[in-house]
Amino acid sequence: MFEAIAFYLFAFLTTLMFFITVTTSQALYALTALAAGMIFISAFFFILGADFLGAVQIVVYSGAVMALYAFGMMFFDSTREVKEKQGNKLIVSGLSILAAILVVLIFAAPMVTDNIVALYPVIEGAGNTQQVGMVLFTKYLVPFEVAAVMLLVAMIAGIVLAGKKMDLSITLMNDAEIKDMKKDQNKKVLS
Amino acid sequence: MEIGLNHYLVLSTILFSIGLVGVMRRKNLLLLFFATEILLNSVNIAFAAISHYYGDLTGQMFAFFVIAIAASEVAVGLGLLIVWHKRHNNIDLDSMSTMKG
Repeated sequence: MFEAIAFYLFAFLTTLMFFITVTTSQALYALTALAAGMIFISAFFFILGADFLGAVQIVVYSGAVMALYAFGMMFFDSTREVKEKQGNKLIVSGLSILAAILVVLIFAAPMVTDNIVALYPVIEGAGNTQQVGMVLFTKYLVPFEVAAVMLLVAMIAGIVLAGKKMDLSITLMNDAEIKDMKKDQNKKVLS
Repeated sequence: MEIGLNHYLVLSTILFSIGLVGVMRRKNLLLLFFATEILLNSVNIAFAAISHYYGDLTGQMFAFFVIAIAASEVAVGLGLLIVWHKRHNNIDLDSMSTMKG
């Protein structure tokens, strides 16, 4: 009973938050609604008994990813109203729902045959974190290490791309343009 | 009122279509990234639900790797976005249509 109440409550809240994210014209509202939606999603993981996944969801998404987006939004003019594509709304919604059903069908297709055997079954008498550790560090050790290398590459790429000559200037204008800009500013100060 | 696997799959479908609507109608690249995060999260719900109802830990493992990929995607994507914004002073999708066929 409580599971049903929790499921419907968080389903409603998550849908609402993500709907706000895709429909609002203010970038800041979209960011806040997305962060709230991520936290509500972690509630589903807790309901499903995937405690470690829920904690990772909160730490990585609401902590790291949202902080990165908030940091990135400092560079962009986030107060400006966002212009939208003027497409046919019916076609857009129809295509989206069709594609989503297709994805769920792909997920559900192996279950119809009903002869699924758990490849790495839940270990009895161990907490979720312990089970995750047991599977992650035995069967999925190589993908885990590859993911770690991928995160390192992404970190270096982020530093190289975003931090290029940031100690000198925060724009990619060349020196002549910067000199012109400073001259203009000096004129304004003097006048 | 027992919550079954179908409930979670339907929820995943709804969230996935919301994300796809966002991907199709957004022109601002930052908000396009938000929509892709919604897509990844909806799939994560489906993974965790299947993992729970079939007593298999593989779904949770894949959800972890999806989260790792999302994190690195954000790092690289935001770096590229900042470079583009420095050069062109906007992040509209229409301004980068030079490779349009």
